[in-house]
Amino acid sequence: MSESYDVVIIGGGPGGYNCAIRAGQLGLKVACVEMRGKLGGTCLNVGCIPSKALLHASEMFETASTQFAAMGIKTGGVELDLPAMMQQKAEAVDGLTKGIEFLFKKNGVDYIRGKGRIAGAGTVEVDGEDGAKTLSAKHIVIATGSEVTPLPGVEIDEDRVVSSTGALELDKVPGKLILIGAGVIGLELGSVWRRLGAEVTVIEYLDRILPGMDTELAKTAQRTFAKQGIEFRLGHKVTGVDTSDPAKLKVSIEPSAGGDAETLEADTVLVAIGRRPYTEGLGLETVGIEPDARGFISNDHFRTSAENVWVIGDTTHGPMLAHKAEDEGVACAERIAGKAGHVNYGVIPGVVYTAPEIASVGKTEDELKAEGRAYKKGKFPFQANSRARTNHTTDGFIKILADAETDEILGAHMIGAHVGEMIGEICLAMEFQAASEDVARTCHPHPTLTEAVRQAAMGVEGWTMQA
Amino acid sequence: MTDITVPTLGESITEATVGQWLKAEGDAVKKDDVLVELETDKVSVEVSATEDGVLGAITAQPGDTVEIGAVLGRIDGGAGGAKPAEAAPAKQEAKEESKPAAAPAASGGETTDIIVPVMGESVAEGTLSTFLKKPGEAVKKDETIAEIETDKVALEVPAPADGVIAEWTVAEGTSVTPGSVIGRVSASAGAAAAPAASAPAPKAAAPAAASGDRPVAPSVRRISAEAGVDPQNIPGTGRDGRATKADAMAYVNAPKAPAAAAAAPSVPRETGPREERVRMTRLRQTIAKRLKDAQNTAAILTTYNEADMSAIMAARKAHQEAFVAKHGVKLGFMSFFVKACVAALKEIPAVNAEIDGTDLIYKNYYNMGVAVGTDRGLVVPVVRDADQMSLAEIEKEIIALGKKARDGKLTIEDMQGATFTLSNGGVYGSLMSMPILNAPQSGILGMHKIQERPVAENGQVVIRPMMYLALSYDHRIVDGKEAVTFLVRVKENLEDPQRMLFDI
Repeated sequence: MSESYDVVIIGGGPGGYNCAIRAGQLGLKVACVEMRGKLGGTCLNVGCIPSKALLHASEMFETASTQFAAMGIKTGGVELDLPAMMQQKAEAVDGLTKGIEFLFKKNGVDYIRGKGRIAGAGTVEVDGEDGAKTLSAKHIVIATGSEVTPLPGVEIDEDRVVSSTGALELDKVPGKLILIGAGVIGLELGSVWRRLGAEVTVIEYLDRILPGMDTELAKTAQRTFAKQGIEFRLGHKVTGVDTSDPAKLKVSIEPSAGGDAETLEADTVLVAIGRRPYTEGLGLETVGIEPDARGFISNDHFRTSAENVWVIGDTTHGPMLAHKAEDEGVACAERIAGKAGHVNYGVIPGVVYTAPEIASVGKTEDELKAEGRAYKKGKFPFQANSRARTNHTTDGFIKILADAETDEILGAHMIGAHVGEMIGEICLAMEFQAASEDVARTCHPHPTLTEAVRQAAMGVEGWTMQA
Repeated sequence: MTDITVPTLGESITEATVGQWLKAEGDAVKKDDVLVELETDKVSVEVSATEDGVLGAITAQPGDTVEIGAVLGRIDGGAGGAKPAEAAPAKQEAKEESKPAAAPAASGGETTDIIVPVMGESVAEGTLSTFLKKPGEAVKKDETIAEIETDKVALEVPAPADGVIAEWTVAEGTSVTPGSVIGRVSASAGAAAAPAASAPAPKAAAPAAASGDRPVAPSVRRISAEAGVDPQNIPGTGRDGRATKADAMAYVNAPKAPAAAAAAPSVPRETGPREERVRMTRLRQTIAKRLKDAQNTAAILTTYNEADMSAIMAARKAHQEAFVAKHGVKLGFMSFFVKACVAALKEIPAVNAEIDGTDLIYKNYYNMGVAVGTDRGLVVPVVRDADQMSLAEIEKEIIALGKKARDGKLTIEDMQGATFTLSNGGVYGSLMSMPILNAPQSGILGMHKIQERPVAENGQVVIRPMMYLALSYDHRIVDGKEAVTFLVRVKENLEDPQRMLFDI
């Protein structure tokens, strides 16, 4: 016998679970199918959350090791207890997954464990631990997320050659870690293991790090990370990893543009060249959905080409970010309920949780130049911010870009301690089409890092006062 | 804590405009104290406190439009402690400052309150238009010392006792309610010492313009302050219609003319030496707004015709005596017109219908609005179910309503629910005019002066008592053919009233 629902969501990640909760709030009968055994998806289980747990702990370890003395704190030697650090990470993840189960109960969402598959219009088959069952659904939401993109010639064993998932579970600090891909995930995890003692080399095919982010920001970030001890080999590609020697991995690289190959030795290789939509075995063909060449399912306000089948999150186009998926999940549920859900793709912030943090929202300078749009720029270094000085976190700057005519804020790019928390101010301003002057004339508390935001906003119209 | 909400305002009234708050935030209030006035297009309504306490918050500002049930403010429990206690002396202080004349006068002897008299049924408030006596002037009991203007009538306030005016406690232009105290008469004759300060300057209507509306961004605030424009006048393209900096820059940089024009109404122009500025009465404001609204909404078109009134005049002549003897009223023209229109409305229902959004509402009843001119302005009481009334009943009803109108005793109910209107400009001598619809109605008949004119009849020029008829109609709902047919039917029914008897 099949159970019938208004909405069946396949995937319990940030997109899926928020969609489910919102649909429940709106009075729809909703089920969320998740095969991982735990809710929260990549983000909560093997992504954002565990990596932040390790980033925070490893940053404190490094601060204690290298900076406490300068602040007048004697430690008598700081020691790493990796198993304990991994344990606190697991506890954080566990607590949050349980939290979602509670939210499901609270909002009347049925949590169905197993792998969901679309079996024709209005039907979802679930293959779970308790056997197979069939759900009938007025609406189906695809929220199956993404998986690690493999690199040809490199086999991930999650032991010595790892993806981000394995890199969160290493049982000892590698002596030498080679990181393939200088994107967000690689730089975050590279930072974790460098702080804990690994010698880290980053191989990047392009001639820059953090592709897609503002170039000035990426350059500053690269300089800062290099100063911290990460070695960058930009404009190089990895052609293979030789795992035959149980003691050392041999990584073959050569310049992207062609040239002499060379071999680097490593204890661990982390493949972090990106992620791709995960729709394997989802039964898309049963409803006539054809993903594009890169695996993405296109959508029109979350509707797929199949009637009453919707798609959100990493499986469809746009930045692969938990908060983007979350916003889409909410808007999708609202649309299913006949409301006017909307996501403003012009204001989706992106944060890299390294130290210093990197945060971005809106247009980059590169994009504005390419569009030929006249813009003004205000920039303020943390070196001139009093709180940054007292905190010993003077690396970085805040840059705000605004239309040359209207002064409307078009983008903001920040690098520095806690900028991931500070970008929200600019997101709100942009949602209200605020001008740089609106931020510049808004009182900010002293002494805080947020004053740098205000000073940068002042800089757009040339009246920065403190630098 | 109790919310102050908009009470039910009467049939067909769904919203009102917030008028003046008679209490300020923090003022102590007693149950049944009037807190705020609401204006509707028909009458004003007072909102009273439902319990003792302190006016905790005012959420609806003067000028805001509110719907029935909307929250206007909040009364905090009187037990709330410090606040009422603090508020009370503060208020008293303020009061004393505002009326320096009071002290010396009061010392002169016993004083008597000057109280606003009852203004007539259904009239809840009025505006204190003029003080005829200044503080310090001697008055005699029952002498008129102030005038109050309401939607319907002007009212004189008599002196309550012999003496001198000790003080006026309200300003000209203030809204007042029956029973409220507007001043004091001192019994002492020696009180002439009281400074002959003129009535306190009218309280600026400032609060009305002040708050509310859209939030103003810091940049917009700066730009409008520098340019001397009201930020609320800037057309906004941002969220919820907010003005962005770009909007503000575009607004102040736009060619000066439109900006100045937009700003103009908010700055009263100087009056010249031979000019006089008089505030529009609320009734006049309502009339102005409703007429303009009708013009803006409906596609008003007018068709004209004329009627030979000989038959009706002959009928009146023949039956007047018997009619008066039986019914006690004279047989006038209006009843014939009402009946002629009812018959035509039955034939052309669109003229008796109204537009509601994208729907039409046809009305299977015939409530005829009869425009009555009073010295305060035009009012339109309603003769209900005119199709079921005899000529005598119609005449009586019109007389009764007209009297009520002139006495300022019309109630909201008396003026609501008309489906068609008759307007008789002929009583003032008009020969031809184009009436404006009384929205949301779709038709109005303009009656005019009966004038003897030579007309051709059976090839002969004869003198006949003629009246031009005009039907203004909403062309959105009434077709030209229907409108013309309607008016021709009215004409036929007037020229040969027997048609109505035979229902042809």
